Formats: sequence, C-alpha cells, structure tokens
Amino acid sequence: MSVLELHNVEARYGPVKALHGVSLQVGDGELVAVLGANGAGKTTTLRAISGTVRRSGDIVFAGKKLPRRPESTARAGIAHVPEGRGTFSELSVWDNLRLGAYTRRGRIKQETQRVFEFFPQLEGRRDQQAGTLSGGEQQMLALSRAMMARPRLLLLDEPSLGLAPIVVKVIFEALERMKSADGMSVLVVEQNANLALAHAARAYVLEVGNVVVEGTSDELRANESVRRSYLGY
Amino acid sequence: MVLAAFTWTEFAQQLAAGIREGAIYAGLALAIVIIYRSTRVINFAQGEMATFTTFIAWSLMNHGLSFWTAFPIVLAIAFAGGVAIERVVIRPVEGAPVVTVVIVTLGLALLLNGLMSVIWGGANRQFHGPFSTRTIDVAGVPISVQDIGIVAVSVGLVGLLALFFRFTKLGLALRAAAVNPESSRLVGIRVGWMLALGWGIAAVLGAVAGMMIAPVVFLDPNMMQTILLYAFAAAVLGGLDSPIGAVVGGILLGVTITLLGRYVGFIGSTLKLPAALMLILVLLLVRPGGLFGRVAVRRV
Repeated sequence: MSVLELHNVEARYGPVKALHGVSLQVGDGELVAVLGANGAGKTTTLRAISGTVRRSGDIVFAGKKLPRRPESTARAGIAHVPEGRGTFSELSVWDNLRLGAYTRRGRIKQETQRVFEFFPQLEGRRDQQAGTLSGGEQQMLALSRAMMARPRLLLLDEPSLGLAPIVVKVIFEALERMKSADGMSVLVVEQNANLALAHAARAYVLEVGNVVVEGTSDELRANESVRRSYLGY
Repeated sequence: MVLAAFTWTEFAQQLAAGIREGAIYAGLALAIVIIYRSTRVINFAQGEMATFTTFIAWSLMNHGLSFWTAFPIVLAIAFAGGVAIERVVIRPVEGAPVVTVVIVTLGLALLLNGLMSVIWGGANRQFHGPFSTRTIDVAGVPISVQDIGIVAVSVGLVGLLALFFRFTKLGLALRAAAVNPESSRLVGIRVGWMLALGWGIAAVLGAVAGMMIAPVVFLDPNMMQTILLYAFAAAVLGGLDSPIGAVVGGILLGVTITLLGRYVGFIGSTLKLPAALMLILVLLLVRPGGLFGRVAVRRV
C-alpha cells in the first residue's frame, strides 16, 4: 500500500517550469530515493510535496488529497528537512526540538529522549544556539527536529551534503533505526547515488523535470546508463 | 559647561523620574522591536495606536468605570485592534518594498490621528491615573507614588512578556516565525497569524504606555508623537532587533536625558532631544549594531 502518490505533478518558478508531470509512489514504511543531476528537479519534487513551491497535479497522502500549504502538509504528517536544513539557527538546540514537535499535543519528553539517544552530542549542546553547531551536528539536529513530529512521511533533501563520510554513516544508521521503529516512510533526494541506493528499496531518476528511470535499487544498479551517469563505474 | 547645584536627594529624584520616563520609552520601543523583528516594518503608527487606545480608556472612565476596570477592557480592545490592523492594512502590502509599507504605516498614523480629532476633539484632556501623585519616603528620598506605579506596571508587563516568549509554545512559535518564517511553516506554524499576534501584542504594549503616561502629560491626539521619537531612538540604541536592547535602551535614554536636562545648564528641557540623538549617533558610530544588536553566528 502506498502512503504517497504523485500523479503528473508540475511546478514552476515564475516562468520557468521545473517539473514536467512527475508521477511517483512511496510505499508504507518504504525508503525511496530520488536521483539526478543538478537542476533535474529533485529538490523541487520535495518542495512540491511539502507545499513550499506552487504545484499543480494530484498528490494523495495516506488516502487523502494532500493540502497545498506547507503548514497544512506538516499538520497532515509530513516532515520536510529542506535544502539548507531548515533549522532555526538563532534559536537553541532545545527550542529547535520543541518546534519540531509543534504539531503534537502534550508532553514531548519521550521524543526528546529518543533523539538524544540517537545523537548524544546534541544533548550536551541543548542550550547552544543552533547556528553555532558543526555541519554534522546541524544535520543531526535537522533530522531530530523532523523526528520530533513523529511524521508518517519524511522528506530529506541531500542529507549527506558537505559532511564527512563518518558523519554520513551515523546519520543514515540513525535514519534506518528511526524508520523501522516508527514504520515511517522516507523520500530522500541524494547526489550521492551509491549511498542512496545502499539504503533505499527503490529509486527514481529525474532528468530535466521528468522521471526517466524507475525501479528497485538492484535494477538501477544493473542499468547501464544509470551506472555510467550516476554511479560512476 | 554650566553645572547646576547638586544634592544627592535631588539626584535620586531625577534618577527616579528618568527611570519612569525610560519605562514608557522602553514599552513603546519594545512594541516597535516586536513588529520590526517579525515583519521588518518600522511601525510609524505605534504612537497613534497607543493614543487611540488611551482615548478609549478615557471614554470608559468618563462613563463611570474605574481605571482598573477599564484597564483590561482596553488591553483586550488594543489586542484585537492590533490584530485587525495587521490583517486588514498590513497584510495586503506584505512583501511590498519597504518604502510602501512605511508609507502605509504613516498613512495609518494620520488616519488614526484624524479619527481621534473627530471622535474626541483636539483639546487637551485630563486623564486621571490610578496612582496618587503624593510622594512617599524611599530611603530618605521623597519619590512620587505615580512614578513607582508607572515603573512597576511597565516592568511587570515586560517581565510577563519575557516569560511568555521564553516558556510557552505560542511564544516560541512567535519567535520562530520572526526569525525564520520558511522553516516555521515546515513545522506547522501558521506564520500569518503569528505576525498578526505580534501586532496585537505591540498594540497592548502601546496601550499600557499610553495609559501610564497620560496622567503625567495631557491626553490629546498628538500625545505620543515626541514620546514615539524617543522610543525609536531607544529601539535603535538597543539594536532594533533585540527586545532586551529595547528595554535597556529605553531606560538608559530616559535616565540620560533627564539627568542631562537637569544638570547640564545649556541643554535644559529644550535641547534634551537633540542631545539624546547626538549621543545615539556617537554610539552607533562605535557600535553600528546598537548595544544589543546581535550578528547571528553561523557556521556551515
């Protein structure tokens, strides 16, 4: 059963069309990757889903039509870690986590304990301004902030960007564990196709705003042109 | 420089008067900063909004209500009015060039000023405050109850606001919407409403400042105009972006100009404002961000 379905979604920035009718599905509890070169429309696909760019076409989320405003998609159960991470750099780590749980009612102790378990170094920096964290810690905070909402679907934009391999490993391991604990679905955009295919069950390849290849990770790794263009061997 | 005769008792009284002045500037400066932080708009109508609500208080008291009965009613009206102004007047020009928005707030100031003249007339009116003007003895210095009351109410309000912003979920959402509207939407915050709430809170601060100062001066449609200038100066002194800065800037400014006006002969009461602005100019040359203007630290 799929939790998210895009049917012919189009999006534009002013006169420039960035998505030319993208269709894709994400299954319940599935991790799906979106691959492609710069400007292929990967980021725009995520933004069209969360509502941070105007779009046309149908998006069905958990069996219902998805609203178009970002605050409404957040309330519907979608957490988006955008390009640039979307943390509140002027606020403390703790306030960032509180904000992540904004749509939740009641106490959030369980959630904060959980993210501190995954990323112990954040706990020591609870009261530090988020903007002063290292790049890796900021990415951990971005993921933690999203997890505080206990989303049904997580949209992740380039989580590995600019980070050391060891940090990337920590983040993806935490992501996998959080995903299986919550039964959450994940749609991740990555430049690093090898990394993405290692964790994703399926993937889509975008070129200039269109889906050109789709399949399981194994199928994509076996695909000659995907291998040459995106995997580099 | 011609220094006036000096006694410690008088100095303490002047200090108290300065803090009272400063408390009023601080409240209004805080209102300016709250709106500036969330919408990047300098609200030139802040003074007129405050005076308007003070007139409402005057009318209520004229109909037999006591000050403390009228007080919460006026605050509620101010809050609703602030929210309504944001929704109706400011919202349509959201995202327009700064000059457009500035002109809109100036227009709003003129409109409110005219409305006040139409409704209440332009004459000075006596506004009976809640505090007596008699003095009590504080550590050997006679200080008026009114001054103490004004400072207590202003400081109390600022303290309550600080607690609200720091510890409540709504306060946190207001801060988040001000510093990062994009990310705020992604966590489910209705940013448009947060901006409107900010205007409501600013209007409440203005209303309190108006009702506190009206018994000291006289109530007329232009009552807040000079005070608003001082409040702007206080906000800039504190760093425009910093709520704490606005409060500290307000008190500092009030104390400085009161003492300058009293003790530096040639300044007197006529040159107080230019003297204060000179000081701020010099300070800004040294610290362009103001006293508390913070340059956000960011690592990538």
